[in-house]
Amino acid sequence: MELTPIRKRAALQPGKIRLNSPPSAAAEETPCTQKTIIGARDFTFYYGSKAGVENITMDIEVGSVTAIIGPSGCGKSTFLRSINRMNDLIPQTRTEGLLSVGGQDVYDKSTNLVNLRQQVGMVFQRPNPFAKSIYDNITYGPKLQGIRSKAKLNALVEKCLKDAALWDEVKDDLHKSALALSGGQQQRLCIARTLATKPRVVLMDEPCSALDPLATARIEDLIEELKGTYTIVIVTHNMQQAARVSKRTAFFCLGKLIEYGQTDKLFTNPQEKSTEDYITGRFG
Amino acid sequence: MTESLLQRDKNDAAVEFSRPLRLSVTEDLRGFLAEKIGHATLFSITFLSVLAVMAIFYFVIQESVPFIFKGSFGESIGRLTEFLTRTGWYPQSHDNPEYGALSIIVGSLYVTLGALVVAVPVGVLAAVFLSDIAPFSLRQICKPIIEILAAIPSVAYGVFAVMIVAPWMQNTLGFTTGTNALNASLILSIMALPTIISVAEDALSAVGREVREASYGLGATRAETMLKVVIPASHSGIVAAIILGMMRAIGETMVVWMASGNASRIPSPWWDLSQSVRTLTATIAGELGEVPKNTDHFHVLFMIALLLLLFTFGLNMVSEFFMARFKKKSRGL
Repeated sequence: MELTPIRKRAALQPGKIRLNSPPSAAAEETPCTQKTIIGARDFTFYYGSKAGVENITMDIEVGSVTAIIGPSGCGKSTFLRSINRMNDLIPQTRTEGLLSVGGQDVYDKSTNLVNLRQQVGMVFQRPNPFAKSIYDNITYGPKLQGIRSKAKLNALVEKCLKDAALWDEVKDDLHKSALALSGGQQQRLCIARTLATKPRVVLMDEPCSALDPLATARIEDLIEELKGTYTIVIVTHNMQQAARVSKRTAFFCLGKLIEYGQTDKLFTNPQEKSTEDYITGRFG
Repeated sequence: MTESLLQRDKNDAAVEFSRPLRLSVTEDLRGFLAEKIGHATLFSITFLSVLAVMAIFYFVIQESVPFIFKGSFGESIGRLTEFLTRTGWYPQSHDNPEYGALSIIVGSLYVTLGALVVAVPVGVLAAVFLSDIAPFSLRQICKPIIEILAAIPSVAYGVFAVMIVAPWMQNTLGFTTGTNALNASLILSIMALPTIISVAEDALSAVGREVREASYGLGATRAETMLKVVIPASHSGIVAAIILGMMRAIGETMVVWMASGNASRIPSPWWDLSQSVRTLTATIAGELGEVPKNTDHFHVLFMIALLLLLFTFGLNMVSEFFMARFKKKSRGL
């Protein structure tokens, strides 16, 4: 597993990193508008010589839920994982174009990946808790940020577990191994863990694909509660899910962004033929 | 075209189902026997290897017991105490033989622990490098080379120790003898490295990409990910790797025989590894060929073998324990 060195002290030049500043402060130097938090301009991601996604241009609104749908291998996950540079783990990749979060070019050399990933959290397809206690899973991120106070950590664990609708089920077993939880509980724990770093954006890569319908419903309720406070981008294979949870939907196909718009419009009145084919189940 | 395909399908199906359905034993005796015979063959082959291990234990105990249990109970205890706590090793003396193996036991521990002091940090760090830091292409080159280290015959290592390391130690470091505990430790550590690296690397890789991604996704650096997530999650596997390396070092004979100097005395001062020592394995290898059968000397060598056997057996149990814990942990129990 390869990774470029990620803690670059040089990246901490004042004024360069705007991850903590309001998006408006960076508005004039980037394509983002006031309400945009993630902006892509002709963004292309290459695996070796093959493009994973090509010429993506889209803006994602602050505090909204945005769904990305499309057939397998269309680049949904590639795009999602570019936003917090999770794709750095894959050797021999490169990018073109611009992808910005809060006004900062994500692929700029000066980007501090540690800050980026604390601000742009991620929930993965399969629940991936650490082989640690529930408590330690949640405090992992905050501790990396230097929070040591027991009282603060305790409060944070309680708040995050409540936000992730898991508190009532685990409040008596906080020091039990997280691996002993059920799949759905593990996934909610992973969401709680992500919330604990106080991100502004939460990326969800098919968070419900390994879960049963009940657990899926709980996660969807959770997304409903989290929106507004967090900007959520969710990749999903489940079109009903996209329709239920998201305000806007992007349809990807063969590495290209085919259509992007209000979810209800995209599902009821798609502008492109391939979108219509996909959402009506004619392919994919 | 589709029609002809369908036709063929139908015919195939017919062939398939024309085979009589035979479910009971009497109807398919051949199949039944074939399965039973196959089962019995595999079972007996497996059982044979278990039997071989038990036979080794049996014969070693059988040959070592006469050394201890001779004369009264008090005398037996005395001989055992001498064996374990005295340093005088003069088994060939005619009038007054002494069978104190303590210096030999200590010699074995010295070279083994000395080897581990070098091999454990190097091996574990190399495993971390291979699993998480080295680019794929470099790993493809490094792994086979490390595995070749395990394939080199130990006598070749011994030649290296005697012809290159020993003169270097004498001439450059100014040791009185080139074949000493340090020389044997160094060579043993190289020999234990492939075991430690490959088992530890397996343990680290088994932690899986998802867990690493989770850690990076929460804003951890690579060092934090390794130290706080990957290594803790695989620590039982790493301990097992270390124990396997230790077993390799303690059981190795040829190299220590050639490189350790074979002086059965405890170095004085105790930390001076530039002095010669003798190990359990080298003692057996060196003396068993020349000793008359069924003498005390003969039996005491089997005592040493029993000691070694118990040692490696114990280590093996410990490593099995850690391996089992590692498996359990990675399944989330």
